[in-house]
Amino acid sequence: MRRVRAWMLRVRDLFGGRPAEADFNAELESHLQLHIDDNLRAGMSPAEARRHASITLGGIEGVREAHRDRRRLPLIDVLRRDVRFASRQLRRSPGFAAAAILVLALGMASTVTILAFVDAALLRPLPYQQPTRLVDVTESVKQIPRDNLSYQDYLDWKRMNTVFAAFDAYTGSGFMMNTPSGARPVTAVRVTAGFFRTLGITPAIGRDFRDEEGQPGAAETVVLSHVAWQKYFGGQASILGQTITLDSAPHQVIGILPPQFEFAPAGTAEMWTPITTPRGCEQRRSCHNLYGVARLKDGVSIEAARAELVGIAARLEQQYPDSNRGQGAVVAPLSEVAAGNVRPALLLLLGGVVLLQVIACLNVSSLLLVRTDSRQRELAVRRAIGASRSRLAAQFTVEALVLVISGTALGLVAAWFVVPALVHLIPADLINRMPYLQSMDVSGRLIAGVAGIVTLSTLVLAVTPLVRLSRSDAIFSLAEGSRGSSGRTWRRLGARLVVVELIIAVVLLVGAGLLGRSAYRLMHAELGFEPTGLASIRLAAFGPRFEGHAAAVGLSRTIAEQVGRIPGVTAVGHTSVRPVSFNGNTTWIRIVGQPFNGEHNEVNYRQVSASYFETLKVQQIRGRRFADADDAAHPRVVMINQALQRRYFPNEDPIGQRIGNTGLTPDSIVEVVGVVADLREGGLDDEIWPAVYYPFNQDSDTSMALIVRTAVPPASILPALDSIIRGIDPNIGTMSPTTIEDYIDASPSAYMHRSTAWLVAAFAGAAWALGVIGLYGVLAYLVSQRTREIGVRLALGAERHTVAGMVVREAGKLAVAGVGVGMLLAVGIATLMRALLFSTAPWDAPTLAVVAVVLVCSALAASYVPARRAAAVNPIDALRAE
Amino acid sequence: MSKTDIWQGTLALMILKTLESLGPLHGYGIARRIEQTSGGLLSLNYGTLYPALLRLEQEGYIRSEWGSSENNRKAKFYELTRAGRKQVSRETSEWVTTTEILARFLSPKGEA
Repeated sequence: MRRVRAWMLRVRDLFGGRPAEADFNAELESHLQLHIDDNLRAGMSPAEARRHASITLGGIEGVREAHRDRRRLPLIDVLRRDVRFASRQLRRSPGFAAAAILVLALGMASTVTILAFVDAALLRPLPYQQPTRLVDVTESVKQIPRDNLSYQDYLDWKRMNTVFAAFDAYTGSGFMMNTPSGARPVTAVRVTAGFFRTLGITPAIGRDFRDEEGQPGAAETVVLSHVAWQKYFGGQASILGQTITLDSAPHQVIGILPPQFEFAPAGTAEMWTPITTPRGCEQRRSCHNLYGVARLKDGVSIEAARAELVGIAARLEQQYPDSNRGQGAVVAPLSEVAAGNVRPALLLLLGGVVLLQVIACLNVSSLLLVRTDSRQRELAVRRAIGASRSRLAAQFTVEALVLVISGTALGLVAAWFVVPALVHLIPADLINRMPYLQSMDVSGRLIAGVAGIVTLSTLVLAVTPLVRLSRSDAIFSLAEGSRGSSGRTWRRLGARLVVVELIIAVVLLVGAGLLGRSAYRLMHAELGFEPTGLASIRLAAFGPRFEGHAAAVGLSRTIAEQVGRIPGVTAVGHTSVRPVSFNGNTTWIRIVGQPFNGEHNEVNYRQVSASYFETLKVQQIRGRRFADADDAAHPRVVMINQALQRRYFPNEDPIGQRIGNTGLTPDSIVEVVGVVADLREGGLDDEIWPAVYYPFNQDSDTSMALIVRTAVPPASILPALDSIIRGIDPNIGTMSPTTIEDYIDASPSAYMHRSTAWLVAAFAGAAWALGVIGLYGVLAYLVSQRTREIGVRLALGAERHTVAGMVVREAGKLAVAGVGVGMLLAVGIATLMRALLFSTAPWDAPTLAVVAVVLVCSALAASYVPARRAAAVNPIDALRAE
Repeated sequence: MSKTDIWQGTLALMILKTLESLGPLHGYGIARRIEQTSGGLLSLNYGTLYPALLRLEQEGYIRSEWGSSENNRKAKFYELTRAGRKQVSRETSEWVTTTEILARFLSPKGEA
């Protein structure tokens, strides 16, 4: 206790040092005076009295120092002096300080930015009870590793498993909500009744679903998200217990979720309803539309759960060979699924910033080296007058720390602005899938990460001059002439650092080039239709007026007629899913007259209007297009794409062939009347799946994606499109009006490729700039070290351009080494990350060539100033200077 | 054991003991008193006293205050705190025990 008290007083004294010092001086003064008084009384002469008193006291400075050391903490005192000394040193060479701090800030800003994303997306535990015990449970087929779970299978899995304490399912959905101002689309998730309890979430107000509310025939209930509660009901608690109309069915509001609730796998939904009566195809075992989430029983591992589920799936496959053939099971940590497909991209970026941070450190080290050399004499003097090596080491550490902390502070400020800006750049429907990015926060993990980087960087920077120091004997360095020889080994190390930097720059530049080309090729991928001049909007109609096939067809005709009257509209068509969306919404087909073993011939399934292909300008390959007359009164027909023809009719004419469902039930049989070119239904980097198109007039729906071709800029008619459709009936809601080009531009695959390319390009640019700066530094150092040698050469008659050539040759040597090794490494790395490339080879020659040329040219540019300086050396001055 | 090692511990006790018997006293006075009490066997640099005083003050055994000396000089006076008084008796008894044990070891004709 006493020790602690003393220590705290000493710390306190560090900050209020002056008065204590003065106080002690006064005390010493009084001590001497008292002693002198005594001595005088004892009969000494005044001079002798004073002398005796001082001698008995001991050396006054020594006493002061001992007292000061006891008063404060000597170690911290020294540290403080070092910091002051270091700042003075840095102020004296502002160019060096600014360059070093900026370079470090650049590295820090990018590292922290990416770390913040990695932390939010991958490291932060999910906001549920015991999140590590939660797992994602889905079916799996060969084409889709994480396939939807069928409701019937879910019920069996839930009944048969012994590994889950709780097991629930959910599916994305949407409603048209009746409001005083007409129908409004709301996003929703349908869940089994125990969903929130499985996660360990309780509503902030009200309650969640009771088990009986998830039974067939139960009265409909709804739980609101906090946002929806604020947005639609003004945050009024009185909404609880009231009934709202969703898809023209009454739903009772029973609870409101806490504001911070998020469930990334289902996106940001506004309303949550229980799965009561199986809807649509959910009664069929072959209908896959759910995902499962389960809580593992205590002591059960994920592997054990997976093994059991795979066993259950195999049993069901035997029991229901028709519907369950090839349907496996997967169990994965929920956290992996929640992070989704940003995981690889983020890890790639993390690799990028780590590289950048390494370059930044290397660069600053090389700058430090140059400085250490120019400070040889200072250090030698300090060694000579007795500074211990550890004392000098401490001082270098402090200098490095001052640099790193300044750079870090600057970098953190930058990251503080960059992170929200980047989040802002992510398109809305993408960020809906990443709710964790909307609540990014400074976490302990992030702080620890920053501290780790600071420590490592400081170590690197502190060790660099120390290594240098131990190599050369400081005493000899007092003799100026020895500089040349000791500089050489050092120059070699600097040169190696630069080569490493150039290699990293080459790797990143090649990566950026390849990704850029991929993104370009992706944006120019064959679409199978003409995307310019198309506007689009999704709509859904509800209520008794729109029930039945005839009503839907009537609606389709009304819309086509009214929208067709908008000025500038030249063609109107609609489909069930917009092109360039996804491969999905599939059906299983069987071809009449072909052998069939119960395999699942999964094909994209779309319901399109007669004018759809005309509107999109899709090339007709064979047969005819749909006619308006292909309706309920006429024989059922379909069109197929070329991919389907290639797969199922490789050697025969598909026209006139008949297709049905797996059971070939009579009402499923349709006749193929036409083949269209491969219209891209999936993402830009997805392969083309076989597709079958049904005429809307024979296979209708009350929700559709309208697409119109315009003679005017398509964005300009979007408002008219929206108001005309809503004007037809208040029970029609509209969603996501957009031009098709914007839609493709914002599609996940396009966005992913483009943003990765841009980000890697940003890194590559930074790495390239750093590499060139590093190269310049080494060359400038080389010239300054060899000034005397150059002077001698010139004096002996060397031509100036030979001298300049020497510098350029040095630059060329380093650049060629960097480019050569970098190219090999880049191709290797690109081969490893091939998955990110789109129809671009990892050894894409034009990219490699451009990078090589750029680097060699910039190396020559970096050598320009040093070369000129070398050529301009005045031999007289150079020789006289020594 | 070198002389200075013992010195650190004993000097503190001497200071505390001096303050206990004489009451509030300035640094010079303490130094003189210690020198006198030792009968000239100890010749100390008065300056070494001050870090020791500071340490005792930091540990809360003594406190200091500026005042006037008998011949009207300004001086800083030290006095024992309650904790200091306790410390004197504790250290004194410890010291006595230690010296007794040592004396038995060092005496030519031991008890046994």
